[in-house]
Amino acid sequence: MIQDPRPTGGPDGLQRSAGLSIPAAGHSVSAMSRVSRSLLAAARMETLLIILLAFVVWWGMQLSPYFLTWSNFGFSVQAVIEISIMALAMTPIIITGEIDLSVESMVGLSGCVLGWLWASGVPIEVAIPIVLMVGALGGFFNGLIVTRWGLPSLVVTLATLALYRGLAHVVLGSTVISNFPNDFTNFGFGYVPGTNLPWTLFVFLPLAAVTVIIIHSTWIGRQVLAVGKNKDAARYSGVRVGALKTALFVVSGLVAALAGIILAARTSTANGDNGLNMTLAVVTIVVLGGVDINGGKGTVPGVIVAAVILGALKSALTEAGISTDYQNVAIGLLLIVSVVAPQLARLIRELVGRIRLGRSGPAHDPAPGEVVR
Amino acid sequence: MALSVPANVPAPNRASLLLGRLARSREATLAGVVIVLGMLVWLEAPNFLSSTNVISVTALAAIIAIAAVGEALVIITKNIDLSVESTMGLVAFVVAMMLKGQNLPVPTAWALGIGLGLGLGMVNGVVITILRVPSIVATLGTLGIYRGLAYIVANGKEITTSDLPSGYTNPASQTFLGVPLFVILAIAIVIVAGLVLRYTVVGRQAYAVGSNAEAAATIGVRAKSTVFLVFALSGMLAGVAGVLWGIEFGQLYASSASGESLAVIAAVVVGGVSISGGSGTVVGAAIGALFLGLIQNAIVVLSLPQEWLQVIYGLVILLAVAMDALVQMRAQRAKARSRMR
Repeated sequence: MIQDPRPTGGPDGLQRSAGLSIPAAGHSVSAMSRVSRSLLAAARMETLLIILLAFVVWWGMQLSPYFLTWSNFGFSVQAVIEISIMALAMTPIIITGEIDLSVESMVGLSGCVLGWLWASGVPIEVAIPIVLMVGALGGFFNGLIVTRWGLPSLVVTLATLALYRGLAHVVLGSTVISNFPNDFTNFGFGYVPGTNLPWTLFVFLPLAAVTVIIIHSTWIGRQVLAVGKNKDAARYSGVRVGALKTALFVVSGLVAALAGIILAARTSTANGDNGLNMTLAVVTIVVLGGVDINGGKGTVPGVIVAAVILGALKSALTEAGISTDYQNVAIGLLLIVSVVAPQLARLIRELVGRIRLGRSGPAHDPAPGEVVR
Repeated sequence: MALSVPANVPAPNRASLLLGRLARSREATLAGVVIVLGMLVWLEAPNFLSSTNVISVTALAAIIAIAAVGEALVIITKNIDLSVESTMGLVAFVVAMMLKGQNLPVPTAWALGIGLGLGLGMVNGVVITILRVPSIVATLGTLGIYRGLAYIVANGKEITTSDLPSGYTNPASQTFLGVPLFVILAIAIVIVAGLVLRYTVVGRQAYAVGSNAEAAATIGVRAKSTVFLVFALSGMLAGVAGVLWGIEFGQLYASSASGESLAVIAAVVVGGVSISGGSGTVVGAAIGALFLGLIQNAIVVLSLPQEWLQVIYGLVILLAVAMDALVQMRAQRAKARSRMR
């Protein structure tokens, strides 16, 4: 179900979609461009998220005086670095109405291939590009089957979730590789000298910046949104839907492989179980960030704020003595709540709108042909 | 949608006949594949057909088949339940905990476990129908939540056979008239679910909701109650599977049954239940479970590397849904051709 935020024809629709009371002056709808309106809506979503973040940080500070220190900031970043990176690539996929459940297995597979290559004597700087290519290939496979065979991505990536995890176990068997070179593991759990900023943060930041730019100010981003809102309309206006979706899956696989490399470096471990159960957290970040799970709506800044929230939340939960195994309860709840909350908000907005409409009477006479919900 | 045929086309009879035959042949084909595969494995490893091996294969297949019946109901309504493995694990662990700590009578503990499964399924149903969360997201969430609850209940401990009443795991290897008890239970559940799906209003409403939700709403099907019901049943059957899991293994961890959702969904799609909803049978899902169990066992008796199992699961799911897509494409083309005439 795609909720089109476009106004239904008059200033009243505009007012409802932006949630602000703009006086019904003589100017037409086009006076306020669609872009600035969607920015307004995004800003509102992100305001909510920042309030949520402030609450989590406040809670963390109640739990421990060390919560708001630079060293804890570093720990928090490390705890969510892989899932945050993958959430960036998952965002456009979910906006187009697809999903990639296989990312957690690609984390495992890429770690295992890296470990296997390293153990068989391949230098790490040669192994890394090969692993990234494996990731891109895995994503390409997903994309190809989804677009060429017209199969739902949910099932295809569920199948490759099993397939890539299986291959990860095939590559390394039950062996665990943990003798990675020092430079590599230092990148994983080391900090930029003189600061408390982990090196891995400097993988996330440029990726986040690039994603924001591509999604929000290039034709690629516009096509992604167009496909998510109405696939057929997008196709008729010249978007090559199949190619676009395949490319998004390739990027998702590539980024998952990158996350797998980071995880291997950070934990200095490569085995078949690397990345198990990460998909839940990745999807949670994306949906919490305001991306509509049915596609067609979403912003990258929202997802970035959501990643920060999850980092803070995991850190606070750890402070509260709740171990990682238990944290999935909180993350699962967060996922469901973040889908339910916008629906509740919309319901309340509609209710308020109806009351306001009733009170103001003739001042808001609907224009002919306007749909009043 | 393959099944939404406009009313004025004279072909629907022929089309639905064709689809019906294909659906029937899917189960027959799969049963044939199971027999041929079984014979091939038997030729390679004669102990494959020893009674202990047959019982161990069919016991596991029966557990997956029971969960797959519930999953099939869900997928027929064009939804998905990713949380079955966590429900199975949580129920298995809680039942064992009750038997260990509370000294409850065994049947009471089983009933409570199945009730717990039903409750977890109802939670899924409420989140999906009342809170209107898409089933993929809702059950991805509860997959994490229910597993987390299992960790909380387990609190770092595990349960071994010695914690359970003596002889607790015996039913897993017992037979009645030569048929393993688990298999009898699975067959009974498949028969009941199959009859309900085929001959009752609720059953046909499930197909209606899955094949064309709007049309179903037009003719007065209350989609929400149907969807709620199938999720509740899926939870309950996952609860039954969880109880059996505990009897089969006797050794339980917070992570018990991890990864089994994939096996269950694979069984369902291999069994010919269309992932796009509206078609398929629980018999197919059960044969699918037997097929996967056979593959798993073949890997063991032929001493092939265990690691390939998940690779095969993945490929099997892909193959099954691809065949599905092919059949639908053909049906659509045939329909288009008959419309032109």
